[in-house]
Amino acid sequence: MHYPLKITTFLLLCQKEQQQANTGPEPGQQPQEPPATRARSRGGSGAGAPDGGGGDGGGGNGTGPEQNGQPPTARPARVVDAEEEEDEEMTLKYGAKHVIMLFVPVTLCMVVVVATIKSVSFYTRNDGQRLIYTPFPEETDTVAQRAVNSILNATIMITVIIVMTLVLVLLYKYRCYKVIQGWLFLSSLLLLFFFSFIYLKEVFKTYNVAMDCITLAIVVWNFGVVGMICIHWKGPLRLQQAYLIMISALMALVFIKYLPEWTAWLILAVISVYDLLAVLCPKGPLRILVETAQERNEPIFPALIYSSTMVWLVNMADTDRPKRNSAEAGSVQQPTQESAVESPAPSSPSQDDGGFTSSWVSQQQHRLGPLQSTEETRREIQQMPSARPPVEDDDEERGVKLGLGDFIFYSMLVGKASATASGDWNTTLACFVAILIGLCLTLLLLAIFRKALPALPISIFFGLVFYFATDNLVRPFMDQLALHQFYI
Amino acid sequence: MTAAVFFGCTFIAFGPAISLFLFTIAREPLRVIFLIAGAFFWLVSLLLASLVWFISVQISNKESTSQQKGLLIFGVVLSVLLQETFRFAYYKLLKKANEGLLALSQEETMPISIQQLAYVSGLGFGFMSGAFSVVNILADSVGPGTVGIHGDSQHYFLSSAFMTMAIILLHMFWGVIFFDGCEKQRWFVVAAVVVSHLVVSCLTFQNPQYVSSLVPTYIIMLSMGIWAFYTAGGSLRNLKLCLTCKDKDFLLANHRPR
Repeated sequence: MHYPLKITTFLLLCQKEQQQANTGPEPGQQPQEPPATRARSRGGSGAGAPDGGGGDGGGGNGTGPEQNGQPPTARPARVVDAEEEEDEEMTLKYGAKHVIMLFVPVTLCMVVVVATIKSVSFYTRNDGQRLIYTPFPEETDTVAQRAVNSILNATIMITVIIVMTLVLVLLYKYRCYKVIQGWLFLSSLLLLFFFSFIYLKEVFKTYNVAMDCITLAIVVWNFGVVGMICIHWKGPLRLQQAYLIMISALMALVFIKYLPEWTAWLILAVISVYDLLAVLCPKGPLRILVETAQERNEPIFPALIYSSTMVWLVNMADTDRPKRNSAEAGSVQQPTQESAVESPAPSSPSQDDGGFTSSWVSQQQHRLGPLQSTEETRREIQQMPSARPPVEDDDEERGVKLGLGDFIFYSMLVGKASATASGDWNTTLACFVAILIGLCLTLLLLAIFRKALPALPISIFFGLVFYFATDNLVRPFMDQLALHQFYI
Repeated sequence: MTAAVFFGCTFIAFGPAISLFLFTIAREPLRVIFLIAGAFFWLVSLLLASLVWFISVQISNKESTSQQKGLLIFGVVLSVLLQETFRFAYYKLLKKANEGLLALSQEETMPISIQQLAYVSGLGFGFMSGAFSVVNILADSVGPGTVGIHGDSQHYFLSSAFMTMAIILLHMFWGVIFFDGCEKQRWFVVAAVVVSHLVVSCLTFQNPQYVSSLVPTYIIMLSMGIWAFYTAGGSLRNLKLCLTCKDKDFLLANHRPR
């Protein structure tokens, strides 16, 4: 029984798998499971209730290219070496390709958030409302009081996140899948309908567009329903990716509006530390989640992960499922085939003869003579160019995944930088470059260590450092330079 | 002001750079990554220079404008020197990474050559430098206003845009020349790059007399461009072949299936 393949683990590991599959004892046998290698983090869900586990299980197998008819072993050693060398170089090329496959959606999400922040004033306006998770106000008289309030807010928020993650891990461990799915369903419902309605309303207000209720209802309904279908069921890949980017942007905008400034920075810092601990420590909840998913050979929560390729369900033709009653049979058929030459028609235990009735077979044998297909003849035939398009190089179809929580926090950092920094665009640009470089480094580490890694710490650390440094040090320098029109 | 000036100045400043990016870099993921890494290195150099300037301003006399201007000039010179230092550091990093990769793969050819890296890193430096110089100015140009209403020059936006374009292209040329000089251990080439960068920055001290700052800058840019062209292996013959569409290698390369 073949497990539906195409777990999208990180590429380097799939290269190794391919080699194992190529040099493994039998084509039909499942190669060993790779450990999960993914830059992961939590996915976000409804208002103030972040935390679906983001990691993806590494279950399943990445089988190599078509194995039919190929000799199961007998690749000479030097061919393997040449393949390894080629793999290393292809690794670099395809590793780079996958980095870009993540750069583009992260950039798009940030662009959407920054564009909204700059144009729609709703998300930077202080309406005096706060989330229930951050009850302490930051408009206080003294700096010390503000600091204390923000620390308390951050503590409450991070406690909520930890509790949610633990609940999620427990639910997953005790197989309460329905509860988790219901929770995810409700939170994406909230995001896709309610928050997008508010977003549309504010955009219309900003640009002074008059819109009647009926049109609005139809638009929001369609947007929401198509989004639910794409995210939770099936849909075109690009549409699904677009929806995931949009809901990450919406969530980030909610955070930017309702989290006061110091609280937001503190939460970002604390959450990266938490992410680091939760994924790398042996008893960390997210590590437990990923390992449980691996043991059970399941992918987790496709609704909370951005993936750059589709998950395919492919049944590879395999040689240990003999085809009855056809002239070219599998290896199992060979002894019966020879005996079938003597007798006019091979008898088959199964009813499924594929249309080749016994009279047809006997007629063919009568006309063409005894047909004996051996390993060599089958291989020769299959090596001939066939009309079927060749299976694409698996590397290009293996994508890379990133949790939606990462999108949300990256965009939140950049959005907050563009909202509150007085250095304006310089600070935004600096944070943007810093986050991209952090993501690049994280993926590099992923290629080296090949296990689930947190995607937040490096990027958020760079982002925070560059935000504060650019806002406080670079901005006055550049302002003075621009004033005198000096160029460096 | 407003949209016309905004779009005009944006395209003047970033037009050549963006078209270079779209046509030569955007399709190759490895080049994009090295471009962003180059931008990051420039950013770090700016950060360090600003840190030093900031500290020097804090301990200085904030009232005296001449001292502040002197400190600014010092900041500019320091920033230029730090930028070139980080360019050298990036070169060293890329060499190490390339060597490591070569050792790992035991192949003869690397996926990306040092000349391509020179071009890409120079453009990365240029993008970031240009962006930091001009983006705030462009953002201001969208809104209403009158340029130079208090007696300053009316050509502020336009001259900024032209200067930015020159700087971006210069960074690209400097990158090519610099890396080539480091490869061939010709240190006078490296020194020439540093000196020309200093000259260009110091020319801007004469702003708002734009004629005396822009014209020499463009002359330097053209000469650096020609130097970089010859450094990268170009020649008159190559140029003629390319322009008359007779360059067989180029034509073959473009018809290769992706």
